[in-house]
Amino acid sequence: MTATATVENLVNQPYKYGFVTDIEVETIPKGLSEDVVRLISAKKNEPEFMLDFRLKAYRQWLKMSEPNWPHVNYPAIDYQDITYYSAPKAPAEKKQSLDEVDPILLETFEKLGIPLSEQKRLSNVAVDAVFDSVSVATTFRKDLAKVGVIFCSISEALHDYPELVEKYLGSVVPINDNFFSALNAAVFSDGSFVYIPKGVKCPMELSTYFRINTEGAGQFERTLIIAEEGSQVSYLEGCTAPMFDTNQLHAAVVELVALDNADIKYSTVQNWFAGDENGKGGIYNFVTKRGLCAGKNSKISWTQVETGSAITWKYPSCVLVGDNSIGEFYSVALTNNMQQADTGTKMIHVGKNTRSTIISKGISAGRSQNSYRGLVRMGPKADGSRNYSQCDSMLIGSNAEANTFPYIQVQNNSTKVEHEASTSKIGEEQLFYFAQRGISTEDAVSMMISGFCKDVFNQLPMEFAVEADRLLSLKLEGSVG
Amino acid sequence: MIKEKSDVILSVRNLTADVDGTPILKGLNLEIKAGEIHAIMGPNGSGKSTFSKVLAGHPAYTVTGGEVVYKGQNLFDLEPEERSRSGVFLAFQYPLEIPGVSNLDFLRVSFNSKRKHEGLEELDVFDFDDLVRERLDVVKMDPAFLERSVNEGFSGGEKKRNEILQMALLEPTLAILDETDSGLDIDALKIVANGVNQLAKPENATLMITHYQRLLDYIMPDFVHVMAEGKILTTGGKELAHELEARGYDWVKDEEVAEVAAR
Repeated sequence: MTATATVENLVNQPYKYGFVTDIEVETIPKGLSEDVVRLISAKKNEPEFMLDFRLKAYRQWLKMSEPNWPHVNYPAIDYQDITYYSAPKAPAEKKQSLDEVDPILLETFEKLGIPLSEQKRLSNVAVDAVFDSVSVATTFRKDLAKVGVIFCSISEALHDYPELVEKYLGSVVPINDNFFSALNAAVFSDGSFVYIPKGVKCPMELSTYFRINTEGAGQFERTLIIAEEGSQVSYLEGCTAPMFDTNQLHAAVVELVALDNADIKYSTVQNWFAGDENGKGGIYNFVTKRGLCAGKNSKISWTQVETGSAITWKYPSCVLVGDNSIGEFYSVALTNNMQQADTGTKMIHVGKNTRSTIISKGISAGRSQNSYRGLVRMGPKADGSRNYSQCDSMLIGSNAEANTFPYIQVQNNSTKVEHEASTSKIGEEQLFYFAQRGISTEDAVSMMISGFCKDVFNQLPMEFAVEADRLLSLKLEGSVG
Repeated sequence: MIKEKSDVILSVRNLTADVDGTPILKGLNLEIKAGEIHAIMGPNGSGKSTFSKVLAGHPAYTVTGGEVVYKGQNLFDLEPEERSRSGVFLAFQYPLEIPGVSNLDFLRVSFNSKRKHEGLEELDVFDFDDLVRERLDVVKMDPAFLERSVNEGFSGGEKKRNEILQMALLEPTLAILDETDSGLDIDALKIVANGVNQLAKPENATLMITHYQRLLDYIMPDFVHVMAEGKILTTGGKELAHELEARGYDWVKDEEVAEVAAR
């Protein structure tokens, strides 16, 4: 077998999370209208301000158009051919105890490596499990409540803490920020809500696991994390979906708010179904994630490991308003087959002495295309602020594409912006060098990928760093060796 | 160095090979016994580097005829990594840079793949560390190089020393040095040559591939072969190398000499 054929085998591994859970669901008819927006709000029994928020978003969305600047291609999306609400059939009240949750759902999450039951769950990670449009269970809520940490689904937060939601929802990502954020604001069904009170260091990792199950359903979740003065939290999200021939839309919005001296670390391991080797099916992952360092000395750090989705359009960003605040973005984006990714970050320096670091690692295999797009802006008042960006690309085989689109805008002469970029390759010559030293192709690829991603994996919470390394190996594992 | 009753390590008969359909090796014959040091010299394009890559199993080269027996076994039955584990070592003319993979990890995985193949227990991180530090002496290498990525940012001389360090760890039966002298200054050349000499043992063999006679001043060959147009034209002792240096390669190509070689 030639080295090239071997690399192709390595990157053409079947998707291991492609099963469908057979469960009765309640869905509403396909299509989007003001009535559908009202229906979603009514189903969730939301307060009045929420319905107003949704309707305002819907009306704005009607006037907006899809962005056409990303370096991706896909057929026009028919927004009337999407189901905007789908939930496992169950009583309206969320289960207070896991014993009451449908065992099929517990089994599904266990199969995905997210055990929720008391005996099996991870000892230091609280999990909110979201299935299609609703949160089915949140673990460790009582333990967290003891220190004042609120961790629940955003639907529950709307009932239990409406004033917090009303104050912060849309404060970081305004309703009309972009086409997909407006759509999300109109129809979002669920997501996670986190509130860390003043001075509290959250005692465990918080995690949300998103699972799309129903064919033809869109998933629109909304996450809001608020870290009060001097608090700290580390949050992780994971996601998978079954294999369908049709594309599914996932348009999420995540908003983070860090007040004085607060620290938020947000990690993502994204493994949505990527479509088959010919590009059929897969998730369109059009996501808006933004963090606001509102307070002085605050810090927001994004770490993402993006391996799935047919198309990724995503730029987790930091708006550094507070003086001395810090923004970080660590990313590994792997594309293979026909996957397309246009991902990166925006670091908007507003306050004095703000700092940002961008470490982006793109791995392109198969016939995929992988683009880094990043904006660093130094505002007129950002005296003494600094940015360091490093964008590395790795090509596997010779049919993949890697692009880098850095945008730098400096309006203050006392600032400093550094940008470094590199491109490397895993090809026949590298694999032959390893083979000549007795190292199999599988081990060689895994060593090169781990090495390439090390700077990013080191940023993940420990349990997930191992998981991420394993995930990339799985994606690139083959039948040789 | 030549033993009275030496064992054959490598036997090459009528070897022919292509790259992208173009014939490069056109009937090459060579026999190497334990304890011997051979040098293949020849002008650019003679096929000597191709020969080294064919022996190591580079996927870009296709063997079209002939046979190669290595330690009694058909070499072409073995995958490149199996050849390595059973003692075939190629010191690359242009060692590759592998960003992100530490030299120490690379050396350990390589070393342990051979141990595993031999049915020996793999060395753990600590035992391996001790071993590698001891072997650094062979090429007088600074331990700081162990922590750096494989060959990344190494000078030409440092890369070649790193190749010989790998050789010192793997203790090959057949070491093939492809233009190991190219790009080395005289001090680096001496260090590398000294390393190779320390590793030459009665039970293994060395095959040097070089354009210049210079390397042979430091590593004394038992046999010098002159290669041109995909074949070995003539074979002699180390004096042949001096002859080549003085008279150039065209001399060997003269019909008369070729005829003598054919006898």
